[in-house]
Amino acid sequence: MAKVPVQFTLNGSEKAEFIDSGTTLLNALRDKIGDTSPKGGCHQGTCGACSVIIDGELRLSCLTLAETCNGAAITTTSGLSEGGVLHPVQRAFLDTFATQCGFCTPGTIMAAKVLLDHTPNPSRDEVVEALSGNICRCTGYESIIQAVLLAARANSQNAA
Amino acid sequence: MAIRRGRGVAAINYPTGMNLGGDPTQALVHSTPTGNFMVTLSSVDLGQGMKQIMAQICAETIGVPTDRVVVDTADTDTGPHCMGTFASRGTHRAGNAVIQAAREARQVMLEVAAEELEVNASDLETDGQGNILVKGAPQKSISIFDVALSAHFKRGRSISGRGMFLIPRSYPEKETGAMKPSTCYAHACTVAEVEVDDETGEVTVLTVKNIFEIGRALNPKMVEQQLVGGSWMGISHALYETTEPYYPNRDHGGTDFNQYLMPGPGDLAETEIIVLERPSADGPYGAKGPGEMCANPQIPAVANAVFDAVGVRIDTLPITPERILRALKAQAPN
Ligand code: FES
Ligand code: FES
Repeated sequence: MAKVPVQFTLNGSEKAEFIDSGTTLLNALRDKIGDTSPKGGCHQGTCGACSVIIDGELRLSCLTLAETCNGAAITTTSGLSEGGVLHPVQRAFLDTFATQCGFCTPGTIMAAKVLLDHTPNPSRDEVVEALSGNICRCTGYESIIQAVLLAARANSQNAA
Repeated sequence: MAIRRGRGVAAINYPTGMNLGGDPTQALVHSTPTGNFMVTLSSVDLGQGMKQIMAQICAETIGVPTDRVVVDTADTDTGPHCMGTFASRGTHRAGNAVIQAAREARQVMLEVAAEELEVNASDLETDGQGNILVKGAPQKSISIFDVALSAHFKRGRSISGRGMFLIPRSYPEKETGAMKPSTCYAHACTVAEVEVDDETGEVTVLTVKNIFEIGRALNPKMVEQQLVGGSWMGISHALYETTEPYYPNRDHGGTDFNQYLMPGPGDLAETEIIVLERPSADGPYGAKGPGEMCANPQIPAVANAVFDAVGVRIDTLPITPERILRALKAQAPN
């Protein structure tokens, strides 16, 4: 089958690949481009581990065809830190011990970032709502909720 | 038809490790030329924090900062033998093996330092910051960096050690059947409060209060993380999770996350964790295994709370609305 070209920005740098038509963005990122931060937990849209940010919106990369991402700006967790300095959401996950095996973490961090981008001072209920598409086997969620609330507080202190 | 409240209590006693054909774990420790230490294991870090804890144990035993230790795990082709990371045995078994290996390595390290300083090895101590000092004369000292360089390039010594920890198999006594399947037990108690809707059979866990006795908490924040996650998992086992809802019949088993249910971030019970530290006699620095046991007491506590709320004993897990309604129906006078 003929390959199709795709071109997008990933964490600020231009990427161009030839892929099989029908390849999911998740597989293109992991197997073609080598960004393994999005995880494949279910490949059917039920776990959230593959979450990425496409043009500012939270998306499940396992349900997104790579060829629909032409020209898009894609952010993954591997692109969040700058010059070795962790993003405030990543920092907060460390500070609240919100990760154990870490499989859910990149997807959960994406969900948290999109929430805070849109709603810098979320209520606990808004955090819970934003995380409700991300399954975690290990933490019992409380430390993740606390991480997002902590990152929000850090944001508002920086803004003040 | 009403929402009914109930409260249940359960306490457990949980062995660390198991008693099949004997329960061994081995460890190797060696220094690099720059005086960092490498711990080699076949045990697995699957998120419970094995690497961090083994680094702490090795560092404490050798007398160096934790960041001077690198832990390599989980290659059964190349690593020393480990039975595995299960039965809450990782910290206890691998930790004891690492202590033994680190002690042997520390001894070689002190011997090399003694040659360099022209003193007796038994007169030396570590400062925990990467230096070896003469007891009572701390101005006479050498860095572990220099000791490692000397061992590698001058004295031809390997600063290394072997650790072998084995809990031998326990056989039952012929007369009495008495045996010692485990040397070390952790304990826990949970009080759960639930609401049961006796019309729909739905259970909501309002609060769980847990007390865990886990020996010494070698890393208190990581212990808390395990216990909070475990408490949630216990509730999940009590009310939601199963691969075989009509066990032993396999029909209707969940095949994906749409059908295999767990409580999400919106279904959390108010959770309290209290840790009691009673150092164990044979654990590494007094530790026991808090891993699996922390997800156990919630299950009987929730079952007891359901009984307290609506008067039915559900003895099959998970305690689903269907099981509660069937039990209520069976109990109703008709
Ligand atoms: S892998 Fe995409 S939602 Fe699970
Ligand atoms: S940390 Fe293991 S799945 Fe979330």
